[in-house]
Formats: sequence, C-alpha cells, structure tokens
Amino acid sequence: MDKRLEPIVQAAQKRYGATYEEFRDEVHLFVSPERIADALALLRHEYDFELLSALTATDYFPQQTPRFHVIYQLTSLAQNLSVQVRVPVNGDNPQVPTATRVYAVANWREREVFDMFGIVFDGHPDPRRILMPEDTEGHPLRKDFPLGYEEPQFTFNFEEIDLRKPYAKE
Amino acid sequence: MAHLVEEVNVGQFKHLVSERALTGETMLLNMGPQHPSTHGVLRLLLELDGETIVNCIPDIGYLHTGVEKNMEAKSYQKAEVMSDRLDYMNPMGNNLAYVMAVEKLIDLDVPPRAQALRVILCELQRISSHMVWLGAFGLDLAAMSMFLYCFRERERILDIFELVSGQRMMTTYFRPGGLWRDVPAEFEKTVRDFIKIFPRRIDEYEKLLSKNPILIDRLVGIGYLSKEVALQYGVTGPTLRASGVDWDLRKARPYMGYEQYDFNIPTRPEGDTYARYIVRIDELRESLKIIEQALNKLPSGPWRSQNRKFVPPPRSEIGVSMEALIHHFKLWSEGFSAPKASIYSAVESPRGELGLYLEGDGGPKPYRVHLRTPSFDNLAVLPEIVKGHLVADVVAILASIDIVLGDIDR
Repeated sequence: MDKRLEPIVQAAQKRYGATYEEFRDEVHLFVSPERIADALALLRHEYDFELLSALTATDYFPQQTPRFHVIYQLTSLAQNLSVQVRVPVNGDNPQVPTATRVYAVANWREREVFDMFGIVFDGHPDPRRILMPEDTEGHPLRKDFPLGYEEPQFTFNFEEIDLRKPYAKE
Repeated sequence: MAHLVEEVNVGQFKHLVSERALTGETMLLNMGPQHPSTHGVLRLLLELDGETIVNCIPDIGYLHTGVEKNMEAKSYQKAEVMSDRLDYMNPMGNNLAYVMAVEKLIDLDVPPRAQALRVILCELQRISSHMVWLGAFGLDLAAMSMFLYCFRERERILDIFELVSGQRMMTTYFRPGGLWRDVPAEFEKTVRDFIKIFPRRIDEYEKLLSKNPILIDRLVGIGYLSKEVALQYGVTGPTLRASGVDWDLRKARPYMGYEQYDFNIPTRPEGDTYARYIVRIDELRESLKIIEQALNKLPSGPWRSQNRKFVPPPRSEIGVSMEALIHHFKLWSEGFSAPKASIYSAVESPRGELGLYLEGDGGPKPYRVHLRTPSFDNLAVLPEIVKGHLVADVVAILASIDIVLGDIDR
C-alpha cells in the first residue's frame, strides 16, 4: 500500500468500521451502506479526493451474499492517489444512500447503476432510468438477466422452446 | 418548417423544470435526437424563456448497445473488438484502455517496442479525434471549410492505421501483451511525412479561426465552467484543463512509457468555450512532439510479450513445436484465464479519463467490465453551463465539450 494511503485507511477503519483489501497496489475499502455517504464526505472533504472517477456496481448472484457491490473509484488530484470504496448491498430491496450531495457526478452515475442493476439510491434527486427506455422491464446488467439470443431448437425440444419464443403468434 | 417545432409535455420532467414551465410561461423544446449539432443521437430538452435557456435536460441512451453486458459473454481476446466501437473517434485509445486493463489484471509484460508503437498510434489517434472535433466545431459555428480541411488531414492518419492494421477505424490492433503484428517497413516514413506537413496545417487552422472576430464573438465568455463545478461533475480531459486544472493521466500517472517523452500539458484558466478550443489546438502540437520523440527512439526487438500462456505463438512455431500448437489451440478456443480479482485502470483519451473496471472470476471471460467513459461525465455538466445562454450558444458549448455518443451510451 502507498504510504500516503495508510492514514486514510486507518481513519476509515476507525470512524466507519471499514475493512480493506489490496490487489495490484489498489486499495479497496469496504464500507457498510448506512455509512457510505459519511465515508465519502470524509474522503472528499478531509483527504481531498475531489474526483469521483467511476461509480458502478457488480452483481455476485448467485454465488455470494450480499449480492451486489456498489463501487466508488475516487481520485485525488492534489496527492495523485486513488482509492476504491466498495459497498456490499443486499439482494432483495437493495438500497444505498445517494452520494449526490458529496459529488454532483453521482447523479447520472447513480441513475445508470439503478438502470442497470436496480439498486435504489435513497434521496436521489432524479430517480429515472438513464440509458434504457422508460418502460424496460428488469435491469440488464444483473447476472440473472439473459443476454438475449435465440435458443437453438432441436426435434426433441422444438415445441417447448417455440412456446416461449418472443415472435408474434397468430 | 413550423411543424418541426413542437412543444413538449412537462409530465415526467416536473421535478427538473422551473415552476414557470408548469404554468406555461416558459416553453419546453426538443433539440434532437436528430439534430446536426448534437454529434449523434442526443436529445436535449430545453426550457426556454424566449430565446434564453432556463433549464436543459439531456436525454441519452439512444445508442445504448449493451457493450458491458456483451463483453461479459466473450473471452478476454474477443471482448476487445467491442471496445473499438465505444468511442468511434478513438478506437486505438479504447483498445489501449482495454488491453492495459487486461495486462494489469493478468500481470503481463509489454515489450518496449510495442509500448512506443502504442504511444505513436494513440497520439495519431488523438490528432485524428481532435481533427473531427475541430471540423465539427467549425461546422457548428458556420465555418464550413474547416470540416473539409480537417477531414483531409484525418484521412492521412486513417491511411496510417490502414497500413498497420488493415482497418481505417475499428482497428483492434493492440492485443494483450503487445500488438497484433509488427508495423510494416513504410510505417516510419509515412508517419514522418505526416508530422512534417502537419504543423503548417495547424497554423493554417489557427489563421482561419483563432483570431476570427465572428468566432471570438461567439466563443469568448460563453459557457463558463469553473474549476470547482468541473471537478464536482467529474469532468476530465481538455474540458477540465481549459478550466485551469493541470491534470493529465499521461503526466500524472505515466503509462506505456509516457514519462520518457518531453511534452507539456496545455491549460487555460478562463474556462470558457474559447479556452476549450485553444487547449485542444495546443494539444495537437504536443501530440506531434510526442510522436516525433517516440519515432526517433523507437526501440527494435519483440513487439509482443513472449509469455505463451497469454500471447499466441507466431505461425512459424506452430508447425515445429508441439507446445506452441497446444498454446495456440488453448488460446483461440478457451482463451486465457484471469485471477478472481478486480482492477481499475485508466488512460487519457482525447476526451478525458477513459477508465476500465475489470473483474475476473478465474475463468476465461471477464466477470464484469465497466467502462468509465469521459463523454458521459462531460455531458452531465452541460445543464450547469448552458443556463442563461441563448439557444445558438448551446451549439457552440456542446461542440466545445466534444462528446461522442457512442462513448456516452455504450
């Protein structure tokens, strides 16, 4: 770990009960959903992480609980440092407090995460879908959402697949 | 033409518009999705008081093709072709972002020759991307001839790409561990020819535009973006540097040997549309400097890693070595596996920080790919900077932040 990151990690551990992991010189802090807004505010205001480089999520369905990780990639321009904050979120009724009050960029990024994963950001000023059409059902980047392809039909399962095929039926 | 101008129902945008829109005092007007100055399919919903903008609500997603989801279903080698198609003005840069992320995840070395060639090609790509930007910028501001001049120069760069990769765009020339193949013998001469004529061309563009009174009237003081707002909205790249922030990943976190080259990061403190224009023009010159230095000390040697677990063996070896044949077969059928871990790696694309969050699950396919594309965040700041300007200024401001819709919608 970068020497300059040590006090930051310690502060996050002490104040927000964060744990951390390291891989290829990247530090991942794990923070619980209730404390994420405060933890981000700490990093933003006290440790000068001015830039929220990326905000995304991953879905570990079905191998792992909690199902989702929401990921905040923070960059400090002044210190030239990066740190990643990860928030494990439960699968049913996933909710995370919004980061829009700390980083304005979180507005669109959180809309994207909501659109793609169905994670609701509490207190978000504009909770609409962003990339998919308004009337989309489901959240495409979840692992239980099919990529979409035509199932090959063979003689033994022709009718079974035909029944669920999405073409116009008479 | 009156039928094209149609008022939009406030409905779902109630929480985003001012109260005056609800009483019908201001007007909601669609700009796009099909509009020549939106550089693709972008819909801007403008709340107008006369001709002044009260609010602007961008509506994106028209080009969403599910690149991230598709990449999860492909092996690491095959997923690369999808990265070209994101930001179609910058395929080499996207390839670089993708292969660097893969290399970081699997911890693969890249030989110096491949690194230098990647730098040369990415800088050429930056010039070509800025050429399209400058052409479209001129076009949006009614300097029609700029478009023709800029595309003339861009064509020369695309010819170089065709020479090395066989494709003008969508090159997929960089591969994890190096390049697809070495550059042909004519490469150096072709690039040198280009960097010889190009400085004069930049002077010509500047003669046409930089002191043009009409252009200055339309750009200076328009679309002011302060440093604080830019950082709040995650703006990166030339747009951020035109607001006085000296931040370029090539300097701050050098990759691919950028630390060996001597170049400057152009910045401007003004933060207006003209500053963004000047920063990009200056970047053209800096890119030329990098290309020239990289060409002068272009190392010889291998152009891709010798690590056969990740990089396919040359054709000549397959016929004589059983092991090479096995590696070839394994790499092109199953692919290589990456550890169960995640990394974030970012490069400086012509538009800003192009980051990749890449997660492996121990198998040959990425578990999760997230592309942090610069245009997405750069567009998010647009509503902040167009407020109070005229409709005609939206065109200038939008052109100056240089968005690519493929980059935004992914």
